[in-house]
Amino acid sequence: MKFLSEYRDPELAEKYLEQIQKTVTRPWTIMEVCGGQTHSLVKNGILNMLPKEVRMVHGPGCPVCVTPLNLIDKAIFLAEEKGVILCSFGDMLRVPGSEKSLLAAKANGADIRILYSPLEAVKIARENPDREVVFFAVGFETTAPANALSVIHAHRLELPNYSILASHVLVPPAIEAVMEDEESQIQAFLAAGHVCTIMGILEYYPLVERFKVPIVVTGFEPVDLLQGILMAVRQLENGEAKVENQYARMVREEGNPKAQEAIYEVFEVTDRLWRGMEVIPMSGYEVKEKYAAYDAKRKFNVNIAEAPENKECIAGEIMKGIKKPFDCPHFGKKCKPENPLGAPMVSSEGACAAYYHFSGIINESELQGT
Amino acid sequence: MCLAIPGKIKSIESQYGGLVRMAKVAFGGIVKEASLEMVPHAKEGDFVLVHVGVAISIVDEEEAQKTFRYLEEIGELEELREINDYLPDRKAQGAE
Ligand code: SF4
Repeated sequence: MKFLSEYRDPELAEKYLEQIQKTVTRPWTIMEVCGGQTHSLVKNGILNMLPKEVRMVHGPGCPVCVTPLNLIDKAIFLAEEKGVILCSFGDMLRVPGSEKSLLAAKANGADIRILYSPLEAVKIARENPDREVVFFAVGFETTAPANALSVIHAHRLELPNYSILASHVLVPPAIEAVMEDEESQIQAFLAAGHVCTIMGILEYYPLVERFKVPIVVTGFEPVDLLQGILMAVRQLENGEAKVENQYARMVREEGNPKAQEAIYEVFEVTDRLWRGMEVIPMSGYEVKEKYAAYDAKRKFNVNIAEAPENKECIAGEIMKGIKKPFDCPHFGKKCKPENPLGAPMVSSEGACAAYYHFSGIINESELQGT
Repeated sequence: MCLAIPGKIKSIESQYGGLVRMAKVAFGGIVKEASLEMVPHAKEGDFVLVHVGVAISIVDEEEAQKTFRYLEEIGELEELREINDYLPDRKAQGAE
């Protein structure tokens, strides 16, 4: 169990907690969309500090978790069979594909490199003109400008040997999909602060109109999360549904126009499959025709059969906030970070991994069935 | 991988024959390269929020320091460190 005194601003955290307690009169279910926020809520012990009435469920906002199985198989195929230098963020490496993970492929000798930034992959392409370099471009809106920029750089440098395997997902359509599910009990959302640093908050107004749910753009530090939760609870108790911005110090209404420019230069919005969920209309980015030469999907024309998902994993229900990790019969038993059945047990932003690593500070009996 | 981390711009240089404006950004003791193309007004000494090698906004110093200390305290800076260990050859190439 964590203590408030460990926070960078314990008095403020205490104040928000007290206000949440004072404000809340009935049970409410609130979803934080972003995996970074899930991680912070769990790691900082906030779930146990909240009054019983406030039930937090964890959304689909982990790009690693929702990258389709088939794309992971494709990445492995490119590395193993096509001999490309496959570059990726570290988080993707242990995610199970249908047969193996990228890490297993790397151990077998495939040239798979972990990078901090897609721009480094462009450098590698430049330094290795005789090799094909593919960057596994996963991410939400926050990461899209960097991935787009790598394509723009490669284009400016006229590099014929660089491409990206895009696996991009978008937050607003995910909120829509979660709300449209009949089993959904979600009454308010915390939207992801850094996503909005790029995209701004205008996209959320139509969602609030349509579903009559409060959406509070929120940061990821404990005090941010507590304040965001307080703002959501206040709206709920007052019967309101508005877009509010808790994270105004980092998020402007219009976002970052330059970053949006880069995104729309390279990407177009398309339907896409979310791992564990389904195809969500207009919920992802794919590389535009103009940059087809930098799109690994077109360039290598890899056809790999769709493999079935592991049936034992209930990641879809977890990511829609219908179930929690403790509700999964395999949690901590058959499914552990060393031997994951599903992606949410791998990524540090996945709900199952967060619960597993910090289960010492979550009180299971308090959370179960709440 | 979804975090954006605040750091201070130490120096600015153009790369690829003037095609790209890059900065060396200090995150505590760790220095990494970041593109400034999304924050064209950023200058030396400014604090910027950096996500996977791209600065996405300019932030004020106090906020940057606070956020950085928080991330450091809870051990969320690993992604900056780990990569250096993963890629020992980068140093040899003089990339940093
Ligand atoms: S605990 Fe494992 S099997 Fe269960 S939902 Fe999470 S990732 Fe899937």
